[in-house]
Amino acid sequence: MSILVNKDTRVLTQGITGSQGRFHTQQAIEYGTKVVGGTTPGKGGTTIEGVPVFDTVAQAVENTGANASVIYVPPAFAADAIMEAVDAELDLVVCITEGIPIEDMVKVKRYMEGRHSRLIGPNCPGVITPGECKIGIMPGYIHVPGKIGIISRSGTLTYEAVYQVTVLGMGQSTAVGIGGDPVNGTNFLDVLKMFNEDPDTEAVIMIGEIGGSAEEQAAEWIRDYMTKPVVGFIAGATAPPGRRMGHAGAIISGGSGTAASKISKMKECGIQVAPTPSEMGSTLQSFLEVRGLLERCKVHQ
Amino acid sequence: MNIHEYQAKAVLAQYGVTVPKGKVAFTVEEAVAAARELGGQAVVKAQIHAGGRGKAGGVKLSKNLAEVEANARTLLGSTLVTHQTGPQGKVVKRLLIEQLTHIQKEYYVGLVMDRSAGRVVMMASAEGGMEIEEVAAKTPEKIFRETIDPAVGLSPYQARKLAFSIDIPANLVNKAVRFMTGLYNCYLDKDCSIAEINPLVVTGEGDVMALDAKLNFDDNGLYRHSDVGDLRDLDEEDPKETAAAKYGLNYVALDGNIGCMVNGAGLAMATMDTIKYYGGDPANFLDVGGGADEAKVTEAFKIILSDPKVKGILVNIFGGIMKCDIIAQGVVNAARQIGLNKPLVVRLEGTNVDLGKQILNESGLNIVAADSLSDAAQRIVSLV
Repeated sequence: MSILVNKDTRVLTQGITGSQGRFHTQQAIEYGTKVVGGTTPGKGGTTIEGVPVFDTVAQAVENTGANASVIYVPPAFAADAIMEAVDAELDLVVCITEGIPIEDMVKVKRYMEGRHSRLIGPNCPGVITPGECKIGIMPGYIHVPGKIGIISRSGTLTYEAVYQVTVLGMGQSTAVGIGGDPVNGTNFLDVLKMFNEDPDTEAVIMIGEIGGSAEEQAAEWIRDYMTKPVVGFIAGATAPPGRRMGHAGAIISGGSGTAASKISKMKECGIQVAPTPSEMGSTLQSFLEVRGLLERCKVHQ
Repeated sequence: MNIHEYQAKAVLAQYGVTVPKGKVAFTVEEAVAAARELGGQAVVKAQIHAGGRGKAGGVKLSKNLAEVEANARTLLGSTLVTHQTGPQGKVVKRLLIEQLTHIQKEYYVGLVMDRSAGRVVMMASAEGGMEIEEVAAKTPEKIFRETIDPAVGLSPYQARKLAFSIDIPANLVNKAVRFMTGLYNCYLDKDCSIAEINPLVVTGEGDVMALDAKLNFDDNGLYRHSDVGDLRDLDEEDPKETAAAKYGLNYVALDGNIGCMVNGAGLAMATMDTIKYYGGDPANFLDVGGGADEAKVTEAFKIILSDPKVKGILVNIFGGIMKCDIIAQGVVNAARQIGLNKPLVVRLEGTNVDLGKQILNESGLNIVAADSLSDAAQRIVSLV
């Protein structure tokens, strides 16, 4: 098992005829993901990367039985693309697009209330269950099927964590990038709950950054309910207050959302926090060793 | 993006928010002329992108034209140091010449994004003129909040609740409701990220007015507001940040001496943190983004090197969308164009890593290759 996606996930690419959409569709297919179709309004009836293209998500779902979509649509049109996917009742909608106005995401969140779909992102690398399904822009080859769940607000820091886990002889159950925007579809808490219930996940690496209080909320939940070891890292200890550090959500405002406060809360709640991003894997390894779980997490090939 | 107080007031006025009469002045002569229009008396307010101007001496009451002239002369060209500018302060290049207001009482009204709710929240307090963070820390019960449903907007009852909670005089509540509604409409319509009126005042004439105004805008929404983009004051920005923005690079200038070029915001922050962890000091945050091409990387490299404080550079790339060979080629090109004479440590991992390493090795440039971020950070710290 795994969370969110697996070998049976049938994926649509929204914005499949754009350069990013096309490139990553080809990469996903190469990885073994079941990409069943794509959409670009006005390009319906054509084929790209061997995959049928439709004008609307509804048509695509009707014709392909897709249950997930990935969005590579420019920021001005991305909120609309998410709502179209939600309207078509896909189980999972992954939005890679960076730069969506926050106000648009406020509307999207309101629109999604009471509806069926789960949104991952926006401004995220996507979701991967190694060996089964890759939805997003992560380099597939650094992943190995295994027992470590990874969840992160940052794309490249997710790759760091994945790579370190792989180099140490372990693998990943699922890696989820929840994205760097202040208003997003899925938060740490949602994913932690899934990892906690997933029999194939033995431990979790959680990577946060400055801004907001999602890490603190997650830490309290971990303290009260999580049965599996969690290792963390928080980026932005040296970030100046009031400045947006690349991600729209990575900003210390009014003295809250600092790395120091997040780290101390996480430690207080029993999370092992890696001192540098290079030590996420080794911190996990020693934590698992102490708990007698390391052998179970090793990949035996 | 941030704008000046006088610009914020002009934007707010378009939405029916009452603001004092006033005019911007770039010279002493313009300041005097503006004050003459107001009848001779005026408040002379320094316009810089930072709060705490009043306490720092940047707001001067002037009883006549001679005082306006003297105050304008003092302020224009002076460096104002407030708790938000840092010790180096900011040079005053613009003044707001504003009518005197008969203040009866000061309040606070603001709009911010509640990230966990995914909704905008209006906050109000009777503690006007104080920093809202301070009020929140010391007397949180004095701040009242209304979460706004984006499907319906700020309802009048919500604005009334806030107005009564902060004891706006009953006969002025309707004016306060109009004020708050205008503020919210502006926030929504212009893609603001912060709208803060501190203080909002009730005047002797029975007006509800924004005595000060701060608007910040969501950079992601700027593409649909060219009028807001036109308000950008490049004097308030680090020229390196302006240059970076032109190429779609995320750059934030810092005080250290190790230049950083990284892909991904999280990794860029983590790279700065790691440099600091090993005793170094980062000169900047720079995320070249996922879709950077060779030209963009070259520009990024030039911007880093244009900072005279930079004594060495760390390039840290984990290729996903971004391919390592493209980064490597950009680094090599930029180093050749500019004539690199500072230590350069490069750590590459991810897509096309071998090709990237090969390009660096065959360049003939003096580049130190590192295996991990820790390794890279330790090497560059030891070299500067």
